[in-house]
Amino acid sequence: MPSEMRHWKKPPTIENPIVRWGIYSAIVIYLAVTIPTLPINWPRVMEGIGRASQIFNGAFPPSFERSELLIDGFVESLRIAVLATVFGVGLSVPLAFLAARNLSPMPVYILGRGIIILARSFHPVIVAILFVKAVGFGPLAGVLTLIVYSIGFVAKMLAERIEEIDFGQVEAMRATGASRILIIFYAVFPQIIPRQVGLSIYQLDSNLRASAVVGIVGAGGIGSTLANAFGRYDYDFALAITMVIVGVILISEGISGQIRKRYA
Amino acid sequence: MLEISGLTKRYGDGEPVLSNLDLNVKGQNIVSIIGSSGAGKSTLLRCINRLVEPSSGSIKLNSLEITSLSGKALREARRKTGMVFQGFNLVDRLTVMENVQAGRLGYISTWQALSRRYPQADIQRAYELMERVGIAHYANQRADQLSGGERQRVGVVRALMQEPDILLCDEPTASLDPRTSEQIMVLLRTLAEELALPVIINIHNVAEAKEYTDRIVGMRFGKIIFDDVPTSLDDKAMNDIYSGTPASDRLSTETTQGAVHHA
Repeated sequence: MPSEMRHWKKPPTIENPIVRWGIYSAIVIYLAVTIPTLPINWPRVMEGIGRASQIFNGAFPPSFERSELLIDGFVESLRIAVLATVFGVGLSVPLAFLAARNLSPMPVYILGRGIIILARSFHPVIVAILFVKAVGFGPLAGVLTLIVYSIGFVAKMLAERIEEIDFGQVEAMRATGASRILIIFYAVFPQIIPRQVGLSIYQLDSNLRASAVVGIVGAGGIGSTLANAFGRYDYDFALAITMVIVGVILISEGISGQIRKRYA
Repeated sequence: MLEISGLTKRYGDGEPVLSNLDLNVKGQNIVSIIGSSGAGKSTLLRCINRLVEPSSGSIKLNSLEITSLSGKALREARRKTGMVFQGFNLVDRLTVMENVQAGRLGYISTWQALSRRYPQADIQRAYELMERVGIAHYANQRADQLSGGERQRVGVVRALMQEPDILLCDEPTASLDPRTSEQIMVLLRTLAEELALPVIINIHNVAEAKEYTDRIVGMRFGKIIFDDVPTSLDDKAMNDIYSGTPASDRLSTETTQGAVHHA
């Protein structure tokens, strides 16, 4: 015979009912006030739909007639991505050591983190615009942009991995009388190399994608080819380029995923 | 010969972890240091090879003042001081041979170390020591594939590769099961005798300390409050060292359970 039935309800996330209902009503009031003021120009939206259908009509069927331009663009993108990955990852490794709290003294750590934060604070497109201004149109601007982009990501993730290492191994190497450089090579690198390999492959993949984007602002590669096609209303060629970009990125994602899974 | 006098270590403004501590270890002598967690045992060992910076006092190893060394001189002193750790502290992703050769990092050139072109004499010695402790057939295995007892043997061989003047063992058996733990203690004892090497062992297992060491040092609150042969460690001394737990009680739990649960 069960005794009196007992009930249970999940306690509300925000415990204070005044705060809870206050927040709910604030959201409702905000939406009610702001939605009518949105500057949506309906006639223009209608026109836009018409123009979109024009673009899509022009795009079908995709045209592979100028495939040598397409291939050239892609090869350039690939070169940009590989170069940027090699240099970006190469610079990221020493920078990550500077920016690891457990290995660097405070001033060096702040310098290292500062460089990483700077590299991360701008979207690649903005960095690309700066480099295109600085070194002119073309793939060099793209390479420089993606080096900055690679440093921002790889150095940060690697520094975090270095901060997580088992420090006992470092202590053991110090106890043998090893120099600083040998401590790093014997106790730190073996612990971070799987992550390092994974990050490099991921970054190559990511740079290939980003190289298409920065090309649009003039930094070379397939992005520039795409921007030119749009500029000349060659929508069928633009669609062909887009399809190839999607295809190549799918393939590279698949390959890099496989490599990372096998290795790490 | 190790001579420590007036050794004090404090972190920040807190209570000293070691306060004005004196300790001498002469000749080939196996000394165990016992005391509850936080008594300062680990800090004491780490001051001897300067993994921890002493705040004041003097540490002399074979008449060389350790506390004032820096740079290359400090590294040269460290390579003559072998250390064995509770968590083994092997480099997991390197082979057993590379871990063992890591004991020579203070002697060989950077290029030899990075290219793994170890001197022939070191390879010879590594195989002899590894055979001596029964791990030679693991030379090409990765260190993380070995069992706890085997890993600690690698740790011991690595320390001995340093050709040390003294061996510091920081709870070398605390991560091992009771039986493996005894095997390691026997090994440390016989190797110390063979190599005529003074050994200092931090240990929680008082029964093992009594059985395998020549001298027991009891620490409490950063001071040495007991220092005598194992037979003199009576209930009263145990009580002083580990007050709070009845000595007889503690001794029996230590014996039956080993020290696996101690951190």
